[in-house]
Amino acid sequence: MAHAHAHGHAVKRYSGIMDWLTTVDHKKIGILYLIAGGFFFLVGGLEAILIRVQLWQPQNDFVSANTYNELITMHGTTMIFLAAMPLLFALMNAVIPLQIGARDVAFPFVNSLGFWTFLFGGLLLNVSWIVGSVPDAGWTSYAPLAGTTYSGNHGVDYYVLGLQIAGIGTLIGGINFLVTIINMRAPGMTFMRMPMFTWAAFITSALILFAFPALTVGLAALMFDRLFGANFFDPSAGGNAVLWEHIFWIFGHPEVYILILPAFGIISEVISTFSRKRLFGYSSMVFATILIGFLGFMVWAHHMFTTGLGPIANALFSIATMLIAVPTGIKIFNWLFTMWGGSIKFTAANLYAVGFIPTFVMGGVTGVMLAAAPADFQYHDSYFVVAHFHYVIVGGLVLGIFAGLHYWWPKMFGRVLNETLGKLTFWMFFIGFHLTFFVQHFLGLMGMPRRIWQYLDGLGFNEMNMISTVGAIMMGIGTIMFLINVAASFAKPKTAAFDPWEDGRTLEWTIPSPAPEYNFAQTPLVRGYDAYWKEKMEGRSGMTPAEPIGPIHMPSPSILPFCMGLGLFIAGFGFMYAPDWGHFLGTPLTMGHMIGIVGLLITFTSMLLRSVIDDHGFHIEEAEILKDMGGKA
Amino acid sequence: MMKRWQFVKRLAPLMAMLALLLSACGREDLSALNPQGPVAEEQFGLMKLAITIMAFVVIVVFAICVYVIIRFRRRKGDNSIPKQVEGSHKLEIIWTVIPVILLIILGVPTVQSVFNLSKDYSNDPEAVKVIVTSHQYWWEFEYPELGIKTSQELVIPNNRVVAIEAKSADVIHSFWIPALAGKIDTNPAGNVNRMYFSAPKEGVYLGKCAELCGPSHGLMDFKVKSVDSASFERWTAAMQAPVALPSDPAIADAFEKKCLACHAVGDMGGPAFPNLTGIGSRESVAGILVNVEADDIKYKHEDTIYNNLYKWIKNPEAIKPGNEMSNQYDLTEEEIQGIAKYLSELTLDFE
Amino acid sequence: MSAHTHTEGQLPHEPEKATLEGRNKVLGFWLFLGGETVLFGTLFAAFLALRDSVMDGPTPDHLFDLGLVAIATAILLTSSLTSVFAIQAMHRHETKALINWLIITVLLGLGFLGLEIYEFYHYVLEGHGFTTSAFSSSFYTLVGFHGAHVLFGILWITLLIIQLKRKGLTVVTAPKVYVAGMYWHFIDVVWVFIFTVVYLMGKVV
Repeated sequence: MAHAHAHGHAVKRYSGIMDWLTTVDHKKIGILYLIAGGFFFLVGGLEAILIRVQLWQPQNDFVSANTYNELITMHGTTMIFLAAMPLLFALMNAVIPLQIGARDVAFPFVNSLGFWTFLFGGLLLNVSWIVGSVPDAGWTSYAPLAGTTYSGNHGVDYYVLGLQIAGIGTLIGGINFLVTIINMRAPGMTFMRMPMFTWAAFITSALILFAFPALTVGLAALMFDRLFGANFFDPSAGGNAVLWEHIFWIFGHPEVYILILPAFGIISEVISTFSRKRLFGYSSMVFATILIGFLGFMVWAHHMFTTGLGPIANALFSIATMLIAVPTGIKIFNWLFTMWGGSIKFTAANLYAVGFIPTFVMGGVTGVMLAAAPADFQYHDSYFVVAHFHYVIVGGLVLGIFAGLHYWWPKMFGRVLNETLGKLTFWMFFIGFHLTFFVQHFLGLMGMPRRIWQYLDGLGFNEMNMISTVGAIMMGIGTIMFLINVAASFAKPKTAAFDPWEDGRTLEWTIPSPAPEYNFAQTPLVRGYDAYWKEKMEGRSGMTPAEPIGPIHMPSPSILPFCMGLGLFIAGFGFMYAPDWGHFLGTPLTMGHMIGIVGLLITFTSMLLRSVIDDHGFHIEEAEILKDMGGKA
Repeated sequence: MMKRWQFVKRLAPLMAMLALLLSACGREDLSALNPQGPVAEEQFGLMKLAITIMAFVVIVVFAICVYVIIRFRRRKGDNSIPKQVEGSHKLEIIWTVIPVILLIILGVPTVQSVFNLSKDYSNDPEAVKVIVTSHQYWWEFEYPELGIKTSQELVIPNNRVVAIEAKSADVIHSFWIPALAGKIDTNPAGNVNRMYFSAPKEGVYLGKCAELCGPSHGLMDFKVKSVDSASFERWTAAMQAPVALPSDPAIADAFEKKCLACHAVGDMGGPAFPNLTGIGSRESVAGILVNVEADDIKYKHEDTIYNNLYKWIKNPEAIKPGNEMSNQYDLTEEEIQGIAKYLSELTLDFE
Repeated sequence: MSAHTHTEGQLPHEPEKATLEGRNKVLGFWLFLGGETVLFGTLFAAFLALRDSVMDGPTPDHLFDLGLVAIATAILLTSSLTSVFAIQAMHRHETKALINWLIITVLLGLGFLGLEIYEFYHYVLEGHGFTTSAFSSSFYTLVGFHGAHVLFGILWITLLIIQLKRKGLTVVTAPKVYVAGMYWHFIDVVWVFIFTVVYLMGKVV
């Protein structure tokens, strides 16, 4: 263990803003993801409110038709890629290493790189609002509408490049978590002893790994079409518009499970903790999660029933889609029976988790309804679909994220969120949510297509749209209440106990809140599922250590990930505007090309430096660790 | 056996109630919950079956959920540790098998219906063939057997099946008449889709574009008019008859030079843009400005046919942002009025 | 944790797996290659969907010269073999042989790349440009993505050769060489599929 060589290196530890720009600590990266994802959540939420204001009465002209399409496109894209996924990554970063008893993730540097590429991709996408050419072909960006013939400005370029850059971040983040979970578990933490959230993160990461490259190709092809005159999706030159739909949904459907599985994991943890009961049917939960992930790749064409794939494809994809209901049902009933016979405490976190169950079931059953292709001919692209996916994404995922945030907030920040305000927020958000989206099922069935800028008066849509708008505003108020709660929590001192809920079952509750830089002073020895609970039940106050106290090796902070992300941002921006700006000093290259090349140079130079300079890291010495522990003893 | 029977017995009234509740929803000419033709009827049947099964699932989950929440909430000061249960094979098998059974009940009619609704009527001599071509933001309807092209309003006989061949001239759109049939996408580049439907009840049904196609996607409405077979015969004859130009030579000149450069009436004009023959008899102008008598105006989008035509020709951009007619011509006030008047009187007498 | 200070003589048999960092790197790279498989799979799918849309451009049958492509294939397959020799040398801790085999691998890679550039140049002259048709766009994208991977591999391995010369074979450099070898095999396998699906099928079907 002794490590004479690395001890010689000076400890590089930054403070202030440089600390955040250079950190490779998964807990800080988790906070960065939370801030960035939270910011984009607010942006996407504002877009949603504007959409609902436009629709609150028939033939409203609060925003123009063009702006409306920009709003729906950016709302969808932002919420999926820049809000939901980063918020999940925030929780995964904050919790997964702690749950498996690891000191860090497998690739701390790559972890940081994943965050910065995501952030710069997201910023690039949103720069479109500032320059005034915003993506407007829907978050699905179907060709040929998204091609240059019908979307002549740079809007869709921002979509293509922003998502491409953000997607790189997600992909490497996924690989990082896979390796972390496979290689970094504490002694005794077998796969079938892993907490459910870790399992969910594991499967989600696998889905990311196999789904995102398809998006990469799709976006690259669309980019080639738009910037370099390629013909992938341009029918006039032999391209195939339906090909884009296939590529997009081969990615897009697994994406839905990438989002929801971690929420399932959070719900499993929260419900089990606050019921004071072991998760019911743990092994079938694991199996169901794997099955959902697997089936998630087999059902993409159910987004394309009306595309004209023919009856055989439609029948097969109908049945395959319906099958997903079985493992999902298993999970629902396992949660219910975890609570059955338990001693349920309704904290704010648990309110969200318990509220999740019926809400998600409603989204799930409409999913099965949508799976029946002939009936889907009626539902497809109507408000019924809008209602369905908001039930699963907001009613499922967002409630899950709120549950997770309340639950792990003390572990992330050392402070407990205000319970009373948290519960009020839940009711505001929950009621607002159902008001917004429940009526939309009926709007769709009554003939209201989705993505419409205006609806005519006298079609019977008025009242329900107004209810929906009121609900959306309530959700907005709920979100603001949550922000107030967050602000209030930071006004309080960091006094949270190791196990502030007192019913903690997993390893993260055996260490201080917030966790020290090295997480575990001594790697714990795991003796069963719900490792901490098991120790508690046997009368011990903590884990048995698997190693003596000694110096802990830490990776060095680095500014390079930030530079790589920045370089990609600059490159994307430059290449996008290459056709518009003048030539560079009379060369065939334009200014845009030059800017793009500079951006790529920044990125590749950073990569080169990373490869050439060995990171020996530094050590946290025994004395410092003992000092930290002294406070506790 | 007894149990299953009771299960059905309990479901039956539930299903009846649901059907009643759902069919009360929405307009007869627009709602998928109020089907007016056999295709929509079949789809509604499947929807009802699915909703019934799903309502059953939701009720079971809600019931357990409410029971658990009330029965097992932690009382104040309760520090007991509940029994830690690992699981139950029996229960887990139950909640795996029951969903599978429910899915079989739903899956079998789904597959039947998929094949049923994909029947190809394109070679059936009894069916009316219509080629639907979608454009940003209007619908073209061609009757290849009759040599007729019209737009925005699909006139069909109520006693025959309509065999649709759907395609797009530009981006992807989707052809949807909720009260008569579910939608089918219109793809570009010869990727033709087929569907069929029929409308036994005479009347006008509202059609919608159901795939994002640009700024005016939400305004890309059309109508389907189902008429008896004699009226349909008269309509086809009238559509094939020649059409006179405006009587005022100045208006006729402007109409010929400016309008007919793109549009067609009768055997005159260009084929690329909406055919105007019989526009005076249509239910609406540009798909969304609904024509009513002056006394019946109720909503913002309703007006007399003359006013609607006038508004549209005067400033199409204000009605449908991003449409291709905007800024294509320069007409004086008199010409606009004259053309609007002429078109409003360009009627077909067939009903 | 593990020591970085072994001299060559003390290196374990598989130095790439001696440290947790090394094992993480190898596993992470395997997973990355899984993602790359999906990436190329999607590119193949797009190519297969569009290969008949030649529009006014030359057909694959008319275009492809199998002789040239066969030579390129032989070169790339040989380079895969030489990279295996490099890894074997690494396991024997023979840094010098390792470096030499890597240099040969890079040279073969450069040869392949040269042939590919010549081939593309030739095609453009025959009217098969990037924007000619959906077939040409998907062809250049698929084969070009592979070519870009080869180029990246060449630069990467070159960088590793320099590092090996400066730092020697250690438990830090060994995993890098090992994953670079994995990468090189992967792009070789992809090429075998390109040779079959693009060129052979282009000639036959």
